[in-house]
Amino acid sequence: MRHRHQPFTYPLIVGLIFVATWHVGVSLSGSAIFPTPVQVVKALGELIQRGDLFKYVVASLFRVAVGFSLAVVIGVPLGLLVGWMVPAFHALNPAIQVLRPISPIAWIPVSILWFGVNDLAPIFLIFLASLFPIMTSAMAAVQSINLTHLRAAQNFGVRGFGLFQQVIFPASLPQIITGVRLALGVAWLVVVAAEMIAVNSGLGFLIIDARNAGMRYDLVVAGMVLIGLIGLVLDLMVRRLERMEDVRWGFNR
Amino acid sequence: MGNRKKIWVQDLWVNFADSSAQDGGGDKGSVIPVLENVNLQIKEGEFVCLVGPSGCGKSTLLNVISGFLKATQGQVLIDGNPVTGPDPRRVFIFQENGVFPWLTVEDNIGFGLLKKPVKERRELVAYYIEMVGLKGFGKAYPRQLSGGMKQRVEIARALAASPDVLYMDEPFGALDFLTRLRMRSELIEIWQREKKTVIFVTHDVDESVQLAERVVVMSQRPATIASIIEVRQPYPRHPDTPAYLDLRDQVFEAMGINPFKRTYSREAVSRV
Repeated sequence: MRHRHQPFTYPLIVGLIFVATWHVGVSLSGSAIFPTPVQVVKALGELIQRGDLFKYVVASLFRVAVGFSLAVVIGVPLGLLVGWMVPAFHALNPAIQVLRPISPIAWIPVSILWFGVNDLAPIFLIFLASLFPIMTSAMAAVQSINLTHLRAAQNFGVRGFGLFQQVIFPASLPQIITGVRLALGVAWLVVVAAEMIAVNSGLGFLIIDARNAGMRYDLVVAGMVLIGLIGLVLDLMVRRLERMEDVRWGFNR
Repeated sequence: MGNRKKIWVQDLWVNFADSSAQDGGGDKGSVIPVLENVNLQIKEGEFVCLVGPSGCGKSTLLNVISGFLKATQGQVLIDGNPVTGPDPRRVFIFQENGVFPWLTVEDNIGFGLLKKPVKERRELVAYYIEMVGLKGFGKAYPRQLSGGMKQRVEIARALAASPDVLYMDEPFGALDFLTRLRMRSELIEIWQREKKTVIFVTHDVDESVQLAERVVVMSQRPATIASIIEVRQPYPRHPDTPAYLDLRDQVFEAMGINPFKRTYSREAVSRV
């Protein structure tokens, strides 16, 4: 049995069935508001013509990039440290576990209060949303590190920061990347929610504005489609990281 | 092989704290005695096996000798100096997961050589890759190798660091039967050439008689040394000669077991 075509043909078939069902459903319901697939495509064209598509996508991506990068730069070393130093773990873990379940959406009023209605508010929210999955995965990675790896390195005289650099970090990397992948998904989710309330550009703003400014549900759904597609692309990019030689060993199936 | 006392285990006692103890800590906490009154002397260049039933503490003893565990009482002297921790001059070879999965075979073998200049390191790595029969696999990753090949990488990594002593904790335990046989004969060849002191822990009595010059038999936990059996046979050893079988029986007897349910005495066997 040849599997070469299945990764593409099967999803394609599912996609076509989905679009067909969508179209038939809208036509049968006679809705004047909910768009058909064709109307959505036309709306996308309109966005491109207006120049808004590029502008909004870039705005959303920019906020995610900044907030997410901050979370990685701070969360990875902090998570590794807290995972490694038992007193730090005992001191900080309760605070982390209390803050973690607070949905970033719940932070929106506070972020507007602190940062006002501009880019900083969504960036802060994205940072917060991304930080916890990254920190948690780094902490878990260090705490579940194979003792044999550590002992082997210590045998060769590796100690202190060298141990961190040569063993703890590479051994934790696969789990960290899993956390990064999760965090990116959450970040992308949060940016849309944050943009609906806190700013005047981006894909989240597009959706809420299209509805408020004239029930343009074709633009709403067009925005949703864009969000979904970009989310997929981002995820695929992170999954490529998983295939790097230094971490591939951690992803055996 | 010299007559110098290379490794001297003195009056060693090891207790583990009982993690299921009711009281939080202090003197009320109960302990599990693991090793009792262990005394052992090992000469330079000797090949010694530690044999015993599973869970008897032979790995614990090796961990204390190699410096990964601290004894409750007593000490281990190597070249006259007490052991305070692991040391690059004495390399431990693990049963599994000793090799770093994020490094290539070359980088693994060169791990103990990072302080050397690049050219020298590269030459040493190439030499040991060839010695353990992994030529051509230098750029491979451990996940691409079989169990036997991974153990060879670990052995090469240990040897490349030019240690005096090798501690081997059931290194062939995770391998299949035929690979184990091959690895044993290759290990003996390497040992005869490199002349390291080797302490080899195994639960496989045959393995101990095939490899060791002296077999140190340990009792059940709390373990002490039940007996030491000299195996002065030339290498390679054939596991079907009367002398071999007699020695193996001696080990079984020292362990207090009779796995083949023999009813006649040992002397009768050796006379046949």
